[in-house]
Amino acid sequence: MKTLLILGAGTGGTMMANKMAQKLDLSEWRIVVVDKDETHYYQPGFLFIPFGIYGPDDVRRSKRRYLPQGVEIIFSGIERIEPEASRVVLSKNSQILYYDQLIIATGTRIVPEETPGLKDAGWRQNVFDFYTFDGSVALSKFLRRWEGGRLVVNVAEMPIKCPVAPLEFLFLAHAFFVEHGLRDKVEITYATPLPGAFTKPRTAAVMGDMLKDRGIHLESEFMISEVDNTRQVVSSFDGRELNYDLFVTIPVHMGSTAIQASGMGDALHFVPTDRQTLQAKKWPNVWVIGDATDLPASKAGSVAHFEADILTENLLCAIDGLHPEAKFDGHANCFIESGFGKGFLIDFNYDTEPLPGKFPMPGVGPFDLLKESEANHWGKMMFRWVYWNMLLRGAELPLETQMSMVGKHN
Amino acid sequence: MSNKVIAGVAVAVNTEGFMTNPAEWTREIAVEVAKEEGIGELTENHWKVIDFCRSSAENGKSPTLRTITNGTGLTTKDLFALFPKGPAKKVARIAGLGKPEGCV
Repeated sequence: MKTLLILGAGTGGTMMANKMAQKLDLSEWRIVVVDKDETHYYQPGFLFIPFGIYGPDDVRRSKRRYLPQGVEIIFSGIERIEPEASRVVLSKNSQILYYDQLIIATGTRIVPEETPGLKDAGWRQNVFDFYTFDGSVALSKFLRRWEGGRLVVNVAEMPIKCPVAPLEFLFLAHAFFVEHGLRDKVEITYATPLPGAFTKPRTAAVMGDMLKDRGIHLESEFMISEVDNTRQVVSSFDGRELNYDLFVTIPVHMGSTAIQASGMGDALHFVPTDRQTLQAKKWPNVWVIGDATDLPASKAGSVAHFEADILTENLLCAIDGLHPEAKFDGHANCFIESGFGKGFLIDFNYDTEPLPGKFPMPGVGPFDLLKESEANHWGKMMFRWVYWNMLLRGAELPLETQMSMVGKHN
Repeated sequence: MSNKVIAGVAVAVNTEGFMTNPAEWTREIAVEVAKEEGIGELTENHWKVIDFCRSSAENGKSPTLRTITNGTGLTTKDLFALFPKGPAKKVARIAGLGKPEGCV
């Protein structure tokens, strides 16, 4: 009996367990999944919780429910991975698991401790994140009774999960304050280490205009150095200071502590991964999916979804002793919620930045690209159902794995 | 893409002024570009950073600030003191490398 071990039962790990359970002969292969947490969170939903659009129960389910029969799940932390010996040591009873093939799907986590002062007395009092379940729920309670003041939203360092989420947060915050008759009492500043509103030039220009139209001040190339919650000031390394009453942080992101403890990662504990085959650069029987990789692609569920098709193909090739030939192109596809029932859609890959045009999708599309529309908002809302009922279970979606230029124009 | 003469050598640069062929770089070029960036003299610590970036560049792209601090033992604060305002971009230009990748 051979073992396929999957570390992490988030979006990437759950999809891979489902896909591989369909493809592998389970009389020859044992599939084992390890995760420290029994709850699966629909992470794109965290964005909506602060504004009361989603409640806690809209975004959480039991992990076990999304894993197919015949797949074993062990709930435990991971002490370390020993890739030279093809084995993993779990935290629970120091149990040792040997593998023939390993998929690392341990994701990324926020590390607010990396920024001096961020986790001081203000943490979850008037300093919040919305990248965790607890953070977004705490912020929703705060916003329900906030009477206005200076709101500063800051990205500490790239890369972050879902690079469009801070913009969506700003748009939704603007709409929320307008709808609650508070907008003239709130000053909104977006401080980012990037030179503009987004990483890719054309999207940055469109989003920059959106911020301007909404009266949101953009503080670019802002590298946060510390937070002083006594003075309610956040400072940058080049000496700028921003005053806040409410500080919303997108903290430094890092890979899992298991990757750190195993010394398998880069400076941020992301695993060096072949950008096309998704094989770990150093170990041929180790594969990496989703946020755990060091790829220059977005850390987003859609990326993990497109990677899952490529990884399935390559893993099956490797198991048969063949060279992995499927190539990931960095494809990402993101809805950007812009408030008041509207949204954007962007579609891009390693080499092509998001372009305007139409995005064809049989049955429901086309959607407007890089342009605000109501259909895009409904696409985003519908996606939660697709996520729980189709995507996690490894079902085929009407989406091309490789990015297509159909409908796009320069 | 165009050519630019720096320290007597014609090198290829992109529209933002970053060199596109790291092999064309010389230490004299670094001194010259540093002056353009407002750094009059390159000290030992400047060179430590430049040399680190040259040796750990991937596909001709300069490493991120995080990789530089990890690799050189200098702090982000040190880097801002050595290369004021935007150290990541400044070091990349001085070291003849492209802007750091990974900001997606």
